Amino acid sequence: METRDYSRIGGQPEDAAQMVPAPEVELWFVREVLPLEASLMRFLRSSFRNAGELADLRQDIYAELIEAAKREIPASAKSFLFTLARHTMIDRMRRLRVVPMDTISDLEKLGLASEAPSADRVVIAREELRHLRAAIDRLPPRYRETVVMARIDGLSGREIALRLNLDESTVSHYIKKGLQLLADTLYGELPGELA
Amino acid sequence: MSGDTGRAEPRPIETVEDEAAGWLWRQHQSGLQEADQAAFDQWLATSSRHLAAYWRLRATWNRTERLAALRRSQPQKNTRSTKPSWPVIRLAAIVCSVALLGSAVVYGWTTREDAYATRLGERATVALADGSKIQLNTNTAVSVSMGPWWRTVVLKRGEAYFDVRHDETRPFSVLAAGHRITDLGTEFVARTSGDKLEVTLVQGRARLETASASVQHHATDLTPGEVAVATADSISVARIPARQITNALAWRVGKLAFSHVTLAEAASEFNRYNQTKLIIDPKVADLQVSGTFDAGSIGTFANMARFAFGLRVEKRSHEIVVSNP
Repeated sequence: METRDYSRIGGQPEDAAQMVPAPEVELWFVREVLPLEASLMRFLRSSFRNAGELADLRQDIYAELIEAAKREIPASAKSFLFTLARHTMIDRMRRLRVVPMDTISDLEKLGLASEAPSADRVVIAREELRHLRAAIDRLPPRYRETVVMARIDGLSGREIALRLNLDESTVSHYIKKGLQLLADTLYGELPGELA
Repeated sequence: MSGDTGRAEPRPIETVEDEAAGWLWRQHQSGLQEADQAAFDQWLATSSRHLAAYWRLRATWNRTERLAALRRSQPQKNTRSTKPSWPVIRLAAIVCSVALLGSAVVYGWTTREDAYATRLGERATVALADGSKIQLNTNTAVSVSMGPWWRTVVLKRGEAYFDVRHDETRPFSVLAAGHRITDLGTEFVARTSGDKLEVTLVQGRARLETASASVQHHATDLTPGEVAVATADSISVARIPARQITNALAWRVGKLAFSHVTLAEAASEFNRYNQTKLIIDPKVADLQVSGTFDAGSIGTFANMARFAFGLRVEKRSHEIVVSNP
């Protein structure tokens, strides 16, 4: 059986001018970008004083990233993400007008940011389950209860409301908030940071 | 820098995330009605911040699905509990899972995402609106997204046969294991396991590329009779005899065809289709077999091993062990 090996031959994306299909952007975002969130948050935390704005900042960066990926998927998610992070940060500081000195010195450090170790991107299945469990366990009781009922037991909002003797809207509130907390833990923190 | 997305009046992240989670929860519970769908599409198209929040929470939601798998040692709650049997072609369109119902609006266009799946031993054919057809083999899941300038199928697991109606303006691509197959007018089979993708080209031409996001970009064009195997960092292509291609396609009519494969290889093929697993003693694993079998009749195959090779066949509750007498 004759075998050819193409590993060394580079190709050209021929439809670079075309928009990238939405499912491809999403797949790329979930696979390549979200696993870097823990590192990103670490940099943002270490360089930006106002903790209340971190999530907003993150979202701005993601939005820009998606805009760019719609045109063409960046070759390296990591270097692109951190370049964007740096620019967004500078941008934000300009708008603040008054820039505290220590923030500026931190910004220089950010140059190194893109070289920093990335989050653990390849999580083996067992590790992933442990990680998921730890994240669920960390949810406040009501959030945990409702998320587990919805996600593991497969109950509807109405069924959960009946069992817990709550309003359906309250259940929906817990689940929505629980999901956000889960995302922050699962993506925003390194697996090692989980107790 | 470009893309002043939502900068004019950025909505607080808490609000956006709350809305994103709300959509997810509604989709999961009951699906969206026409009017809701339009509202959702509009919401998603408003800003890339919305897209980011929705995708991020949807990924989180999907990840928690693995926990459910832990709990569910019994068959899934809302799937019928009848044992899947080979001749029964049942299309398990998983409508209630969010990943499936999710629709996306991008650049002001609406697109719907549909998901199809088969269980162990099932087959199904999906006819797409553009005239293309996808045939799903056992234990296979795909999601299909049709947009104004794309037709994208994600092969999540398993094996499928693609018969693609060529359309220059809407390239048909299949994403699997981080690789992409783009149709250049074609019929092909794609099979994925882990990070490996195997593509067998039956007719026409197709291009195979490794993940678009990877640093190195490999691509190769396939012609009929070629089988490409792509892993995370390489693509290798081999030409195989027509006979072998015919064998590889036998599943489309419910058969498994072998010519000179080892007993172990044949058994692992059968095991893709049946709850009862064939276990071959390593001492006899290298015996060569040829023949065509019904994929669902594992017993026939075991009998062949007994009569043709004089092997010992021992039936247990969920397995059949083949060994030296």
